[in-house]
Amino acid sequence: MTFRRYLVLAAVTLTSSCGDTFLARGMKSLGPVSLAHPAALIHAVFAPWVAAGIVLLIGFFASYLTALSWADLTYVLPASSLGYVIMTVLARFWLHEHVHPLRWLGVLFITAGVGFVTRGPSFTDHGTSVEERELEEVLQ
Amino acid sequence: MTPLPAAFATTAMIASVVVTATAGDILTASAMRQIGDLDRIRARSGILGAAGAVLSNTRFGIGVVCLALSFFSLLFAFSHRDLSLIGPAATSLTFVTNALAAKIFLKENVDRRRWAAAIFVCVGVALLAF
Repeated sequence: MTFRRYLVLAAVTLTSSCGDTFLARGMKSLGPVSLAHPAALIHAVFAPWVAAGIVLLIGFFASYLTALSWADLTYVLPASSLGYVIMTVLARFWLHEHVHPLRWLGVLFITAGVGFVTRGPSFTDHGTSVEERELEEVLQ
Repeated sequence: MTPLPAAFATTAMIASVVVTATAGDILTASAMRQIGDLDRIRARSGILGAAGAVLSNTRFGIGVVCLALSFFSLLFAFSHRDLSLIGPAATSLTFVTNALAAKIFLKENVDRRRWAAAIFVCVGVALLAF
């Protein structure tokens, strides 16, 4: 794993958590949307917070796909779940939501899971070793 | 206690979200493995070349359809059951089913460390429901 790849994983984590939080912030400020008035949903898309949330989630999908092109799914999914931790912190300190102690315990479990997976290799060797792939990359 | 048909319906709703999400994740991951390192493709053919390589891949298309089905199954489940039950249950179970499916279909090396990570994240996400 190179520093640039850790940055891509950080982008996956940050864009997903911030995108979801921006969407929640935008929809809260708009109030409840009734299914009887679907036009309100189209209007919601152009609300600044919702629009920013959508842009971030597009960024999330792009960085997620980039990560999957050089790392295993069983590495990327737990590694990027740190987004739930960021989302809980943002919910508590930015949206001023009440966070139950058991949710903080959940945050601890997720952090431990991320710690486990990121200490191991990111890619399963299907012929070429990770070192060979990285050497090839450096040579290019 | 939840009556049996209601419990069965809840299980079926969670199962449909988990199965479609897992299929979507596995197909998307498999497509990205088939396409190769996106950083290299972008360096060679630019961002449009990288986008073209992804969007023209059939497996990726089917994966996105599965992810869309999962999203709509989730919306359907939300309209019938509590968000606090369906959301964490579906999301946390998907971590475990993805690890299992990645081992079987993508032949990933899911060792004890990765199993532990999947289970810890699964429990953590479930606890976020409180």
